[in-house]
Amino acid sequence: MFKYILKRLVQSVFILIGVSMIIYFLIRLMPVDFIQDKINAINQGGATVSQETVDAMYQMYGLGDDSFMGILGGYFSWLTALFQFDLGTSFVYGIPVADVIVQHMGISFAISLIATIFEFMIAIPLGITAATHQYSFRDYLVTILVMIGISLPSFFFGNMLKDFLALKLGLFPASGLIDATASYTGVELLIDYARHVFIPILTIVILSIGARMRMTRTNMLEVMNSDYIRTARAKGCEENVVINKHAFRNTLIPLVTSMAGLIPSLFSGAIITEQVFDLPGIGNVALDAMNRGDIPFIMGYNMFLAVLSVLGVLLADLMYGIVDPRVKLE
Amino acid sequence: MEENTSKLGTEVVDTEEPLDKNVRLMSPTMMVVRRFFRSKLSIVGLIMVIGLFIFSFAGPEIYDQWGEIELDESGKTEYAIAETTYEVNGVKYTLRQTTEKELKDNFLAPPSEEHILGTDNEGYDIFVRLMYGGRISLTVSFLAVFLITLLGVFLGGIAGFFGGWIDNVIMRLCDVLMCLPGIPILLIISTILDASDIDAKYRIYLLMTYLTFISWPGTARLVRGQILSLREQEYMVAAEAMGYSTGRKIFKHLVPNVMPQLIVQMSLSLGSMILYEATLSYLNLGVKAPYAAWGTMINIISTNQDILQNHLNVWVPAGVCIVIAVLGFNFVGDGLRDALDPKARR
Repeated sequence: MFKYILKRLVQSVFILIGVSMIIYFLIRLMPVDFIQDKINAINQGGATVSQETVDAMYQMYGLGDDSFMGILGGYFSWLTALFQFDLGTSFVYGIPVADVIVQHMGISFAISLIATIFEFMIAIPLGITAATHQYSFRDYLVTILVMIGISLPSFFFGNMLKDFLALKLGLFPASGLIDATASYTGVELLIDYARHVFIPILTIVILSIGARMRMTRTNMLEVMNSDYIRTARAKGCEENVVINKHAFRNTLIPLVTSMAGLIPSLFSGAIITEQVFDLPGIGNVALDAMNRGDIPFIMGYNMFLAVLSVLGVLLADLMYGIVDPRVKLE
Repeated sequence: MEENTSKLGTEVVDTEEPLDKNVRLMSPTMMVVRRFFRSKLSIVGLIMVIGLFIFSFAGPEIYDQWGEIELDESGKTEYAIAETTYEVNGVKYTLRQTTEKELKDNFLAPPSEEHILGTDNEGYDIFVRLMYGGRISLTVSFLAVFLITLLGVFLGGIAGFFGGWIDNVIMRLCDVLMCLPGIPILLIISTILDASDIDAKYRIYLLMTYLTFISWPGTARLVRGQILSLREQEYMVAAEAMGYSTGRKIFKHLVPNVMPQLIVQMSLSLGSMILYEATLSYLNLGVKAPYAAWGTMINIISTNQDILQNHLNVWVPAGVCIVIAVLGFNFVGDGLRDALDPKARR
């Protein structure tokens, strides 16, 4: 087990080096005077990008030297900084990129976590009823509804909910995370937060329920056809016991595995949803930074996402070995 | 001796009814087609997809009152009412001043006979732009899925067939590409496209081509996995014994057997490619104004609250089109999966 983890960790480092090569190659494709234009635009927009920051970035990426050795040297100097968790200084925010990411990822994490909890709570029972009543009206209804959910574009559905629930009915605030005009404390502040994140979370849950429900349904169907379910029925177990004790517990294996793989991705932020509701999460910040040409932030954010997805795959595989005794990790 | 048997054979057929009169012979393809059409959802999906195709590709030929980038310049009168209240000797007076402004373009017109769905904030006809937007979305996503499948089958086929270091290199490349975040990477690429002047019309094609370069690993893994298990089958030993060339073994004997899974994967990824294209256009990275795409037509509401609230006819139809397209492809893909799965017979 320990050997396996070590092997996977070494593998992950190599994957990340591959990812960093691609991302570095991409930034080298940008013409240098274009980068200068973007910096000028940020300067005109009110924020000031100090010459030191720019020089530091040029040095870090080895920009300006287009010979082969220059590119190679630039890559290694960037990689060295990366291993020291130095992602450079953001143009727009004027503080280290790592700090910007840490500041904003908490909000994204909280929203995604709540959404994921609701997603599992709704999707799993739906998947089980669909599977136990296969080909019935109930199965078709649930399947069609979640299919519609999968097919909705997040920017369209988010805006529909925003228009209807927030602007037309006025039940919830339309955007932002807190009410800037009022100063709440304690429980009231918590309620204010909840009111602001209600529609974004509803959007995410409805869009993501489908995949999870279909996964539960497929696994459940597979388990329901196995021999030990027939045995359980033959020995006279009640249908309830068969479904909840014998069948469902065995569908937990893929569910728990995918849950473990999901944890890192909770930090990555939902770019579109956060943009629609103007939430100060990491996704919205990244989108804004990219539109304004904040190159150090773009690079840092992409590396951050790559690390998260490598971690996700790793965790899912490890979890698989832990929960399924039939799988031996080697 | 030989004549005898053949005579015997004909006699048997003559006395009994021929076999194919009471048993209907069906090819495997026919069986799949029948199973596909037995499901109502797949028929609904097919109708949705075909309907959108006709709407987008034949539509502009039939309904040609307006062009994609043709402004309605019939003019519009805008009234602005200003109220001022003042008091004279304790009596309140309200002065209403109406200013009339003649504008060149007939923008934000409500649905009428002239404009079936009205006009948008620039004065373009929305109904016609939906058709042109559909052309872009459908063409782009078909091209992207075609390229992804081509790359995936080729690289996955090679990896699965040869194994060894070739397999290792391709699979590690898959690992790396699968860790690249989709939309953020496209945001970088889009910045690069901004830097090198690309015609607004071709931008989305380039962007989707880059997307295929990072999206093929899914297909490649599927093909490789299938080929690894098919390689051990008897008919592959036979193909080996016949001395067939490697290319023939891979692309004539192995790949056709992967086709069922591949077709399902393709129809499902058509839906996700349409979503990708729409999202890119919504973020103003894909098709840019004045050209129309479904995502671009919704983009306006991210800056204009008035349209979001009061002019639903500007942005809701485009969203409905996206949903119909994605849902249609998902239904068809699901129907195909059930039809092609020999275990799922009922």
